[in-house]
Amino acid sequence: MSESLLLPLLLNGLIVGALYGVIAMSFVLIFKASQVVNFAQGEFLLVGAWVCWYFLTTWQLPFVLGFLFTLVFMTVFGIIIQVVVLRPLIGEPIISVIMATIGLGIFFQALMKWMFGVFAQPFPPIFPVERVNLLGLEVQPVYLLSLVMSGFIMAAFGWFFAKSKYGLAMRATAFDQQVAQSLGISISKVFAMAWAIAAVVSGVAGVIVGVVNGVSSALSFYGIKVFPAVILGGLDSILGAIIGGLVIGVLENLAQYLDAEYLKIGNMYAIAPFYVLIIVLLIKPYGLFGTKNIERV
Amino acid sequence: MAEEAPILSIAGVSLRFGGVRALTDVSVDVRRGEIFSVIGPNGAGKTSLINCVSGRYRPTEGRILLSGQDITHMRTNRRAAAGIGRTFQNLAIFSHMTVLDNIMVGRHHLMRSGFLGGMAYWFGGAEQEEIAHRREVEEIIDFLEIQHIRKAVAGQLSYGLRKRVELARAMALKPQLILLDEPMAGMNLEEKEDMARYILDLNEEWGMTVVMIEHDMGVVMDISHRVMVLDFGQKIAEGTPEIVMANEHVRRAYLGEAVEPTE
Repeated sequence: MSESLLLPLLLNGLIVGALYGVIAMSFVLIFKASQVVNFAQGEFLLVGAWVCWYFLTTWQLPFVLGFLFTLVFMTVFGIIIQVVVLRPLIGEPIISVIMATIGLGIFFQALMKWMFGVFAQPFPPIFPVERVNLLGLEVQPVYLLSLVMSGFIMAAFGWFFAKSKYGLAMRATAFDQQVAQSLGISISKVFAMAWAIAAVVSGVAGVIVGVVNGVSSALSFYGIKVFPAVILGGLDSILGAIIGGLVIGVLENLAQYLDAEYLKIGNMYAIAPFYVLIIVLLIKPYGLFGTKNIERV
Repeated sequence: MAEEAPILSIAGVSLRFGGVRALTDVSVDVRRGEIFSVIGPNGAGKTSLINCVSGRYRPTEGRILLSGQDITHMRTNRRAAAGIGRTFQNLAIFSHMTVLDNIMVGRHHLMRSGFLGGMAYWFGGAEQEEIAHRREVEEIIDFLEIQHIRKAVAGQLSYGLRKRVELARAMALKPQLILLDEPMAGMNLEEKEDMARYILDLNEEWGMTVVMIEHDMGVVMDISHRVMVLDFGQKIAEGTPEIVMANEHVRRAYLGEAVEPTE
């Protein structure tokens, strides 16, 4: 089964890795803009997925419409989280802020269970066909959607930071808040925007994963998976997040292949990224593209 | 003829950090169109005063008025939009950005197109706007003679050039009042001469009122219309360079001259 298994696994790794990259990007975005390590990242995915699921099943909306509504919801959600929970914490010790994000994570984890139950719920079928042929491989259309979405989000990030007024303002704020303010940039607006974008992007990722695996609290595990990716790429590097995500995605699939073929340990798929996390922290703690002097927590 | 309201009015400003008095009851008016220098020994409170004007510090007592409007409680970013630009003592350019991007950040509050407008970049409006901004930015670039480095990453430039980029960024705000915190510190003679010329020109040709902190007495006395002297957070003198230079307190406090007892 060896070669016939390797190629699909690699492709799967790239697709999942691109998704990790996107989630990692939104994590890095928040960290860069507001120096907050968001431990509720995975719950953002969860909220996005459940909300979209709700629109599609209870309201019976078509997918595109439900998806757009989800984007709007997540924008508002991100802004509210920033304004209500994080803005009052500006200037407080970093550990307090981290505790608050962990608390947010627990809160939304529980809230989602309370509202939607503890059982995994499948999305209604979205695509008319079960499988499409890509380069001789049979692929679920949702994986293609995932790849396209990831590519689109990455391109949008690139455009946003290079070309748009607020992207420039965000880079300026990340570099020095005082100076940015003296140039007429509203820091609170930049922070709110960073959280809104991160929430939207995480929501998109949540929906995609939800369509593949069904929606359940297991989804928030993606928030943990993001750590190996951002540590590898560097906590404050958007490009690093993408590369870190791709590497981790491919790596865990390779690990699964090795495991299934030779090692026979089992569960390497889930564990391998965290070996990488530890090794990177040991030999290159700032990651591949990270700035040397950023805070470690 | 009725006197025009001073562009900047500092009225009884005190600033305390716990028990430390950084500024004590400083009052001064800056007239529209002048080059106004603040001098004083290290730790005299010069930068604190500038920070109170730009909004980084909130004065403990007193008020600050911009063209008659009370801005004491206005947020920093709003002050920038209201027409106060500044540079920093320890060079604060965005070292990882290009020179052009650095200057474009200064245009932030002048750009109308927000997030959604930016999304519609390709449909005209925002693009037109960017072209207009770019034209004005190019004028500033020409003026400060930094054409050759506009695509360079700012962090890799020489110190003197980085100072110029910082000035360009502050100018991009189109401020009526520009605060320069030691614009010539660490420069060689030639760079200082260039900078002095830029300051004179941005005052005369660009019509910006300049408030400047500077240690180089030669430059200060040459280009300032009026000078204020701070010592231990208090104003000890104010007036034309000649008057200030002749002031005994100033010579003692700042220029370190032993004032010989007359007779």
